Amino acid sequence: MSSVVELENGAVSIAGRPILRHIDLTVRSGEFVALMGANGSGKSTLVRALTGLWPLTTGSLSLFGTPFGSFHDWQRVGFVPQRGGAASGVPASVWEVVASGRLTRRKLLRPLGRADRAAIADALDVVGLAHRARESVSSLSGGQQQRVLIARALAGEPDLFFLDEPTAGVDLPNQQVLADTLRTMSGRGATIVLVAHELGPMAPLIDRAVVMRDGRIAYDGSPLASEQVATAHLDGHHHHHHHEPDHHDHAPHVSSLLEGDR
Amino acid sequence: MSEYVDLLSMAFMQRALLAAVFTGLAAPAIGTYLVQRRMALMGDGIGHVAVTGVAIGLFTGASPTWTAVIVAIAGAIAIEVIRERGHANGDVALALLFYGGLAGGVLITGLANESGARLNQFLFGSITTISDTDVIVTMVLAAVVVLICVGLAPQLFAVAQDQEFARVAGLNIRAYNLLVAVLAAVTVTVAMRTVGLLLVSALMVVPVATSQQLSRSFRTTLGAAMALGTAASVGGLLLSAYLSFEARVAPGPTIVLLALAGFVSAWPVGIWLRRRRRLRQPFPVVPVVAHQETDEHPHQHGEDCGHVAVPHGDHVDYVHDGHRHAPHGKHYDEH
Repeated sequence: MSSVVELENGAVSIAGRPILRHIDLTVRSGEFVALMGANGSGKSTLVRALTGLWPLTTGSLSLFGTPFGSFHDWQRVGFVPQRGGAASGVPASVWEVVASGRLTRRKLLRPLGRADRAAIADALDVVGLAHRARESVSSLSGGQQQRVLIARALAGEPDLFFLDEPTAGVDLPNQQVLADTLRTMSGRGATIVLVAHELGPMAPLIDRAVVMRDGRIAYDGSPLASEQVATAHLDGHHHHHHHEPDHHDHAPHVSSLLEGDR
Repeated sequence: MSEYVDLLSMAFMQRALLAAVFTGLAAPAIGTYLVQRRMALMGDGIGHVAVTGVAIGLFTGASPTWTAVIVAIAGAIAIEVIRERGHANGDVALALLFYGGLAGGVLITGLANESGARLNQFLFGSITTISDTDVIVTMVLAAVVVLICVGLAPQLFAVAQDQEFARVAGLNIRAYNLLVAVLAAVTVTVAMRTVGLLLVSALMVVPVATSQQLSRSFRTTLGAAMALGTAASVGGLLLSAYLSFEARVAPGPTIVLLALAGFVSAWPVGIWLRRRRRLRQPFPVVPVVAHQETDEHPHQHGEDCGHVAVPHGDHVDYVHDGHRHAPHGKHYDEH
């Protein structure tokens, strides 16, 4: 299978402070990868680096086999940012927010075509909000707003999704709907990179878990139960995918524990 | 009344009406995007900076309109850069820019040996002294602002709604942000002759605040704000002309107060609408705790029975004295 995301020896520094170091990550077409880890472990930063929102300090990134610098095929990428909600300073209807996801495929100054409208309607259907399309997003609950943001990414019909903590602060019924949505997306052949603190109802969908710890990948392999995530760096699994020296000393872990969560 | 008609048919009044229509359309159009970004005061900031631009025009003998356009654009770009850098005390930096602009303007006007009254024309508007060239410049600039705000609405909406998403969607968000800043600066100088630099922001923000009381979508908010802005600026001008037989009534403040009056009347309606919508929002469907019948129920619930009917899964609950009554056979259940 072809690799959709390929990051080699990636590093990100924010204001001179190294946040991510030595990240090697390859995501193959059709994979469903969960990026996990504690708060401040760098999982959101990694997704922001993969989408180009944070520049890489070092390392090379390619999307769909194209080096990031010359990648312009943004309609193939769908992004669901980590946000409190979908509302802004002016009312916007659910339909309008979802329709803005279609921009990746629209030319300047062209009205929406039939294919655009169909994609928007389908995206609303998948997240189960078609009946609320005309309402203002601010009248929806937090979980429903999160579903609107996913529908917005869906509307662009991308092949690769990045979702940054879509279930944070979302109640269980809404998490279930989100999980069903992700199952549909995955079933359509999309590649999914999901940042999550806890998987909840999404756990059965995951093909592969990548656990971040203090800005480095601590584990990369088959899915883990949530209680294993915290200790993933301690067991032998982390030699699974990348090559680190066997004498993995414990000093960095101790210092990272002392530093705590940023 | 015939005097009033005579007044309206005079050339200066017709120029003023044209200027009022175009600024009334343009100011709320760009204002909608500023409010969406929660930068409602940006117009105000640009207005203060533009005072220096006007003063430079008075000092050098160049057209104050054009020097104001240039300085306002420079100020707007500075504000945008400060915002983009995301300095924690960005609002303090903006405040420095505002006061610097105002103080510089007053100082330079003094150096130019111009009176405060001359500067006042720009601070509070002097729509009735507008010249032919000024009207044409106003109309062209306002038309450009309106065309861009409406034509690029999908892009501008997406960028203001969610910068990160827009960036990953491949939009050049910096270019769009600068475009909004430049359009805001142009609008400020366009509206300078109508309502004045110190009241410009009102015409950009108040119609938007009014229209969002009643609207649920961005498109209606934008359209209604432009309609309300035009109504306020034309209405305010006509009103001040009508009242001018009785007293000295300046058009700029009349326009702004009329726009505010619109907000004050729409606000209670908005509160009522939002409350009604909240009351009628469907109750969540969860497994029922237990089957509990109401006590002997003297009242027959139904359409227009006076109790709020709220959808609840496959049936309707009637809200009755803080209880939720669901019809079940011949009795009502407590839900």
